[in-house]
Amino acid sequence: MNQPIKIVTVSDDSDGFVLSDADAQAIEHEKHHYEDPRAASIEALKIVQKSHGWVPDGAIKAISDLLGIPASDVEGVATFYSQIYRQPVGKHIIRYCDSVVCHITGFEDIVTELEKQLKIKPGQTTPDGRFTLLPTCCLGNCDKGPTMMVNDDTHVRLVPSNLANILEQYQ
Amino acid sequence: MATIHVDGKEYEVDGADNLLQACLSLGLDVPYFCWHPALGSVGACRQCAVKQYKDADDTRGRLVMSCMAPASDGSYISIEDEEAKAFRENVVEWLMSNHPHDCPVCEEGGNCHLQDMTVMTGHNSRRYRFAKRTHENQELGPFVSHEMNRCIACYRCTRYYKDYADGTDFGVYGANNNVYFGRPESGTLESEFAGNLVEVCPTGVFTDKTHTERYNRKWDMQFAPSICQQCSVGCNISPGERYGEVRRIENRYNGDVNHYFLCDRGRFGYGYTNLETRPKQPFTYQGEEQVSLNTEQAVQTASDIIKSSTRVIGIGSPRASLESNFALRKLVGADNFFTGIEAGEQQRLEKMLQILKTSGVYTPTLREIEKYDAVVILGEDITQTAARVALSVRQAVKGKAREMAAVQSVAEWQIAAIQNIGQHAKYPIFTTHTDRTRLDDVTAWHYSAPAADQARLGFAIAHAIDPSAPAVKDLNDELQKKADFIASALKQSRKPLIISGSQAGEMALIDAAANIAKALKSQGVDEVGMTLVAREVNSMGLTMLGGKSLDEALSAISEGADTAIVLENDLYQRVSAQRVDQALDQLKHLIVVDHQYSDTSKKAELVLSAGSFAEADGTVVNLEGRAQRFFQVYDPSYYKPDTLVLAAWRWLHLVSSVNNAQASDAASLDQLIAEIASDMPQLAGIVEAAPNADFRIHGQKMARSPHRYSGRTAMRANISVHEPRQPQDQDSPFAFSMEGNNNPKADRNEVAFAWAPGWNSPQAWNKFQDEVGGHLRNGDPGVRLIEVSNQGEYFSEIPASFVATEGQWQVAANYRLFGSDELSQRSAVIQERAGQQAVTIHPADAKLLGVNEHATVSFAWGGQQWQLPLSFSEHICSGTIGLPLGTNGLPASLAGQMIDNLQEGHA
Ligand code: SF4
Ligand code: SF4
Ligand code: FES
Ligand code: FES
Repeated sequence: MNQPIKIVTVSDDSDGFVLSDADAQAIEHEKHHYEDPRAASIEALKIVQKSHGWVPDGAIKAISDLLGIPASDVEGVATFYSQIYRQPVGKHIIRYCDSVVCHITGFEDIVTELEKQLKIKPGQTTPDGRFTLLPTCCLGNCDKGPTMMVNDDTHVRLVPSNLANILEQYQ
Repeated sequence: MATIHVDGKEYEVDGADNLLQACLSLGLDVPYFCWHPALGSVGACRQCAVKQYKDADDTRGRLVMSCMAPASDGSYISIEDEEAKAFRENVVEWLMSNHPHDCPVCEEGGNCHLQDMTVMTGHNSRRYRFAKRTHENQELGPFVSHEMNRCIACYRCTRYYKDYADGTDFGVYGANNNVYFGRPESGTLESEFAGNLVEVCPTGVFTDKTHTERYNRKWDMQFAPSICQQCSVGCNISPGERYGEVRRIENRYNGDVNHYFLCDRGRFGYGYTNLETRPKQPFTYQGEEQVSLNTEQAVQTASDIIKSSTRVIGIGSPRASLESNFALRKLVGADNFFTGIEAGEQQRLEKMLQILKTSGVYTPTLREIEKYDAVVILGEDITQTAARVALSVRQAVKGKAREMAAVQSVAEWQIAAIQNIGQHAKYPIFTTHTDRTRLDDVTAWHYSAPAADQARLGFAIAHAIDPSAPAVKDLNDELQKKADFIASALKQSRKPLIISGSQAGEMALIDAAANIAKALKSQGVDEVGMTLVAREVNSMGLTMLGGKSLDEALSAISEGADTAIVLENDLYQRVSAQRVDQALDQLKHLIVVDHQYSDTSKKAELVLSAGSFAEADGTVVNLEGRAQRFFQVYDPSYYKPDTLVLAAWRWLHLVSSVNNAQASDAASLDQLIAEIASDMPQLAGIVEAAPNADFRIHGQKMARSPHRYSGRTAMRANISVHEPRQPQDQDSPFAFSMEGNNNPKADRNEVAFAWAPGWNSPQAWNKFQDEVGGHLRNGDPGVRLIEVSNQGEYFSEIPASFVATEGQWQVAANYRLFGSDELSQRSAVIQERAGQQAVTIHPADAKLLGVNEHATVSFAWGGQQWQLPLSFSEHICSGTIGLPLGTNGLPASLAGQMIDNLQEGHA
């Protein structure tokens, strides 16, 4: 008869992420605002990130199923935006500006001090999960540089000596 | 037409082109990456910069991307301008700042557009001294390798895979200087056309994995113009050989047929030509023992068998060339020649041929299919049965976006603008099948039903278009409404295309398709087209040649024919094992001429070792009636002197000549072709399908290998240190050698491999075309044999609607691109890609049977038992069972048969 057919099973490596009902509903709701469900992908990613802190691989699949669009489209959007996190992040996110004007006004000293205080490098999260340190581009506060944001708060005219006080506010 | 001025010279070009296309069509070299003739322009890579001037007096000019600038009348540009040249050199340098410069270990090397463009721009030393970003690669399945570090971010892959082939499991991720092209996660690429990435990507990111294990450079290979043997579409291919094995298949450009793309069955399915199990010498048996024969012995043995027989029949094959089938017919006589095609399929093929000839409806070329604006597909899942047609249909559907853009005067090459304007707009496509199909994502409406009911819908559509077409009795209202809806969509279209074929196993579907086409024609939709899909590479050719069916051959055996000669045909793939066994057991002698060692060969007393498409020449006729020649790629006996593999037609001819008073005197391919042409007027055109063996360019044969071919003196040193003369090819105008003509400008259209000075990658096809992406300069190869005339009446045999019978299942044909084709299913990578095939039933039927999904079910038919996993489909009709015919030894003749013993577990 025929030669034996080799069987290949593709393993299912979803990471056990389950979309909460509330998030699913919120995404459904967003979806109806647009003619093309693709347009809702950013909102969907933001919804997941808000409740989960970051966007795991399983959420990409869940969103693509919900919106009825390919996972590759959702992944494309998710990886395009630096503020959609594809790895676990800390409770508080520090984004310091490293663009031109803050460069001139001395962002480098700020970063050095932050690194010293937090004992992490940009892109890393403190072992206690409190802070994640990230660079960002111009925050539109050039006249008050150097600048950084912690979560939704903007901090301006930074000086290294004052950073500890600022961080203190975020437990 | 437009007049443009390039570096002070005046040229006439097509004003609808962009400047890049115009320059390339003129034969001028402008480097480019992101533009591709089939994918249009997006201006992403900045490589194609030229200087454009306002007018003849402007001396400053400005840099423009030639792929994004129209070739409008009165344009003044310079390619040679110093600033433009410096810019282009810089662009390559930037693009390559992250490239690993790993050409020596890269499989693209020597076949690489990035190498060619780098040399063309003159960028020859790298200055970037910093760390390079690196990526992890993905495992993309058995066909395609992934090496992302080589990426230059031209975006061609994703534009091809997503936008052109409509694949969903591929994309681009990240941003800025860190972008990644691939699947969302590792896993087999789902598209049936993924292999084209290998040629679309201008670098070594995507390469042919089947080539990796036994890799060598393109310049060290031997090629021939060939035809894919894996279905009835007849795509043009360029197989490459080294050390006596086919090592990869590349697309061969044919502007009428496949142009730049193949399907993965065709590109990767060639492994059967390299199988160890293939007969390498003719052999017979002494007692139990197999004994190899030399040519004389083999021919003598065959001749002795024939002389001692009372009646010898020949069973031909739709996967064998016209020449081989003809030679067999000649040997046994027309009365004793049988096509080897199962009776039902043969009737359908004969009907299809009749329709091609007399329906008055035009059959488009594969390329022309892309321009239709409404499509009906009755009964075939064409992605599985004629894959490349499905890729063309996908382009037809996108024609709507092109049309919308054209209204706003957006040029054809402005692909991003077209997609924006069109969004998801599609021309309508309507499909029917027993289950869902792989075109579901683009269909406007799909009807899943048993074949008879699909045909009824088809007849109803025809009647709704032209009331004088036969009406369908007792059609339910809902279906009638759908028929009316489809009819009106078709009537409103300019160029509707009706597709059907033989593989659904239902004659009425073909009739219904013809009726729709004729009805449209009668209503003044003159540009209606029809495509009828056959099963095998030469199904149409053999039908034109004619002969009685396989069933009649089996009857002839039971009526006393005592010897059969079977040509390249595993009869067990066609009808039930019981019938084949019964017939073969009655024979006194069975001679098999084949290049595979099949179940039929196992019963043979004498096996004549034939050449596959890699070792033999021949002519095949595709679904549109186009005769195309494939040329031998290499001579296996050069590497292994004890190999004795001849074209089947040559074996049969040799046997004829020692045997038979009415022997044909054809000794060469050309003589045989001339004989076919004179005996069979319907096939006379095949003489023109390709140049004959006397064709020369400046007195030279054409070379099968690039001029850099190396290692020839050493490659046989393990056998003898004396390098023998190269094999001589008496049958074709090609030399088994790098010696010969290979000039891209020569007057020829049979091109063994794409190469032009400075152009080593498949982009070299530019240099062979009348205009880039157009037709080959000296005409696309092949010749259409069928002239359509209008004599046909409407067909009126409308079947009754299917009624399920309890405890019985009607077989619905589920052909599989990977696994159903008799030859490519023998290739290991195709088996890997195919995975385990399942039978499909409706969940309600499963409930009655008490079986769960994925359970093993068994059934018996025609004396054979099968055990296969079960899958469910909500779309398949209760009382029918979808079987993956062609796989697992499920013969084609099962289509439409009843199975009454389906049960859980092992029989
Ligand atoms: S993978 Fe190839 S085709 Fe895709 S963007 Fe990179 S270089 Fe271009
Ligand atoms: S569509 Fe058919 S002829 Fe074309 S490459 Fe695929 S199998 Fe070969
Ligand atoms: S440069 Fe830092 S806020 Fe603008
Ligand atoms: S080819 Fe013109 S910008 Fe890429």
